[in-house]
Amino acid sequence: MTTLVLSQLLNGVQYGVLLFLLAAGLTLVFGIMSFVNLTHGSLYMLGAYFGATAYNHTDSFLLAIVAAVGGCIIVGFILERTAVSRLYSRDHLDHVLVTFGLLLFFNEMAQIIWGTQPYFLPVPAWLDSTVNLFGITYPSYRFAIIVAGLLAAVGSYWLIHKTRLGMLIRAGSVNPQMIGALGINIKFLNALLFGVGAALAGLAGVMAGPILSVQSGMGEPVLITTLVVIVIGGIGSVSGAFYAALVVGIVDTLGRAFLPMLLREVMARDIANAAGPAIASMLIYVLMAVVLAIRPQGLFAGAKK
Amino acid sequence: MSTNQSNIWKAGTIVPLAIFLLFILVPVWGHVTDHTFYVAYFARILIYAIAVVALNLALGFGGLVSLGHALFMGLGAYSVALPAFYGIDNGWIHLFICLFSCGVAGLITGAISLRTSGIGFIMITLAFAQMGYFLFVSLKQYGGDDGTSISNTSQFFGLDLGGVYQVYIVSLILLVLATWWTARLRVAPFGMVLRGARQNARRVRAVGFPANHYLLASYVLSAMLCGVAGLLLANLNAFASPSTLSWIISGDLVVMLVLGGIGTVFGPMLGALAFLGLEEILKMFTDHWLAVFGLVIVFIGLLGKAGIAGFLDSFSRRKAGAAQGGVKQAKGAKA
Repeated sequence: MTTLVLSQLLNGVQYGVLLFLLAAGLTLVFGIMSFVNLTHGSLYMLGAYFGATAYNHTDSFLLAIVAAVGGCIIVGFILERTAVSRLYSRDHLDHVLVTFGLLLFFNEMAQIIWGTQPYFLPVPAWLDSTVNLFGITYPSYRFAIIVAGLLAAVGSYWLIHKTRLGMLIRAGSVNPQMIGALGINIKFLNALLFGVGAALAGLAGVMAGPILSVQSGMGEPVLITTLVVIVIGGIGSVSGAFYAALVVGIVDTLGRAFLPMLLREVMARDIANAAGPAIASMLIYVLMAVVLAIRPQGLFAGAKK
Repeated sequence: MSTNQSNIWKAGTIVPLAIFLLFILVPVWGHVTDHTFYVAYFARILIYAIAVVALNLALGFGGLVSLGHALFMGLGAYSVALPAFYGIDNGWIHLFICLFSCGVAGLITGAISLRTSGIGFIMITLAFAQMGYFLFVSLKQYGGDDGTSISNTSQFFGLDLGGVYQVYIVSLILLVLATWWTARLRVAPFGMVLRGARQNARRVRAVGFPANHYLLASYVLSAMLCGVAGLLLANLNAFASPSTLSWIISGDLVVMLVLGGIGTVFGPMLGALAFLGLEEILKMFTDHWLAVFGLVIVFIGLLGKAGIAGFLDSFSRRKAGAAQGGVKQAKGAKA
C-alpha cells in the first residue's frame, strides 16, 4: 500500500512539474502584460507535434526537444508580433476573442498537417527503463520529467531574481510606462517574455508526448488545468505557480487513484462507484473555488505587492 | 416621443425587425416545401440567440466576461434529459428544475466569481463550467461522455416541445420577448446601474448602489435564461451530452455576442444568425472550415468594432449626421 501511495505521489509530482512548465509562461504573460492567452495550450500541442515529427525523422530525442522548443519560440514570436502585441492595450474580452479564434485555427491546422489520427512519440531508448527510488521502482522517463521540470523551476527562479533581465521583467510588471521612459525597449521585453513562455510550453508538450497521445485538441484540457493552477497560485507569481502546480498535480492524481476506493469504505458500493470518479475529476475545481472563497488573490500572491 | 418615432426608421432597427419577420416565415416555408431540416437549423439559431441574449445581460450590460455560460446551457439540457430518463415528460417540471438548478448554480458560482475581476473572473467562470462538464462526463449511468438521447420530450398542456415546429415557434416567441425585455432593460433603473457598473463600479458604489449585488442579480438572471435556451436545445435535438457544457460553446457564445454587438438590443440575434450562417456556408466549401472560421474570429477581435449592430447604426448615422444620436451611439460602440 505504501509503495502504491508513493508511486502515485511521484506521478502527482510529475504531473505537477509539467503543469508548472505551462503555468510559468502563462502566469508571466497574465501577470506582467495582463494578457489572457488561450493559445498557450496550442503552443503545447505544437511543441508535441514538432517534437514527434523531428523524432520520426532523426530518431533523436534531444533533437526532438530542440525542434519543439525552437519551433514554439518561432511560432510564439510570430504570434506576438502579428496579433498579441496589438492587443495589450485592449480589454480582456478582445484577448479572449482573438486567442480563442487562434486556438480553433491551430487545432484545425494540426488536423490538416498531421491528420486526425493520434501521432506517436515513443519513449527514447536511453530512458526506457526504471529507476529505484526509496525502495520503489519508477519509470526513468517519468523521473526524467520530474528532474527536467525542477531544473526549469530553478532556472526560472534564477532568471527572474538573479539576472538583469529578470529585474527588468519584475520592474515591467509593476510599471511598464516607467520602464519604457527609462529607455528600456518594453516591446522587445514583452516579445522575449512571450517567447520564453512559448518555449516552456513547447518543452512541456514534447515531454508529455510519450506519455499522452499527440493529437489535435490535446492542449485544451491541460490549458484549463493550468488556469486553475494560476488562479490558486496567484496571478503573476511564478513561485506561486510552482507550489500550486505541485498541489494541483498531487491532489488530482491521488484523488483519481484513491478517492473511489476510500468512498467504497464509507458508502454503498454502487453509489461510491458512481460518485468516486465524479468527485475525483472535480476535485481541483473544488479546491480552486475554496481558495477563491477564502483568498481571492490566490494562495501564494502575498509576497508580491 | 417624437424622437422614438424617428428612431424606428433607422437601419439599426429596420434590418433586425425585418429579419424577425423573415423568421416568422421560416416555418411556413418549411411546411410548404417540406424541408424540416431548415426549420430545425433556424430553430438552432433562435435558441443560440436566446442564450446570447442571456450572455448579453451579464457581459454586455454588467461587463462580466463570462467564459462559462455553457454550464447553464448544459444544466438546462440535462434538466430535460434526467427527468426524461425516469419517464417524467411534464414540461413544467423540466422548466422548474431548469430554472431552479441554473438559479442556484448561478448564485453560488456568481457569488464566488464576483470576488475577483478581470482575468480572474474569466478563468473562474471557465473553471466552473469545466467542473460541470466533468461531472456529467463521469455520470456513466446517464451515458457519460456519449450523452443520452431523450425519448420523453417536454410536454406543456399537450404541447410537445419535441416537435420541430413547436420548438421553433416557442423559441421565436421567447426570443422576441427576451429582445423586447433587453430593450426595456437598457433604460430601466436596473439596467442603468448595471451599465454604470461596467464603466466604473466604484462610482456606482459611491452613488449608493451596491454594485456587486446588482451584478450578481444580472448573473443569476443570465444563468436562468441561458438554462431555458439549453432546455429548448435538448428538446430540439432530443439529445443531451456533456459537449453542451464544453467551453468551446462558451467561447462560441462570446464570439456571437461580439459579432452581433455587445450591449445592444438586436446584437445577440444578429450575432447568432451571422455566426451559425457563416459556419454553414464555410462547411459547404471545406471540411476544415474551422481554420477559416478561427481566422475570421481573430480579425473580428483585432478590428474591435461594435459588431453588426454597430455597423447598422453607423450606416444610418452617416446619413442623418452625428448631431442627434451620435453621443449615444458612441457610448454603445465603446463596449
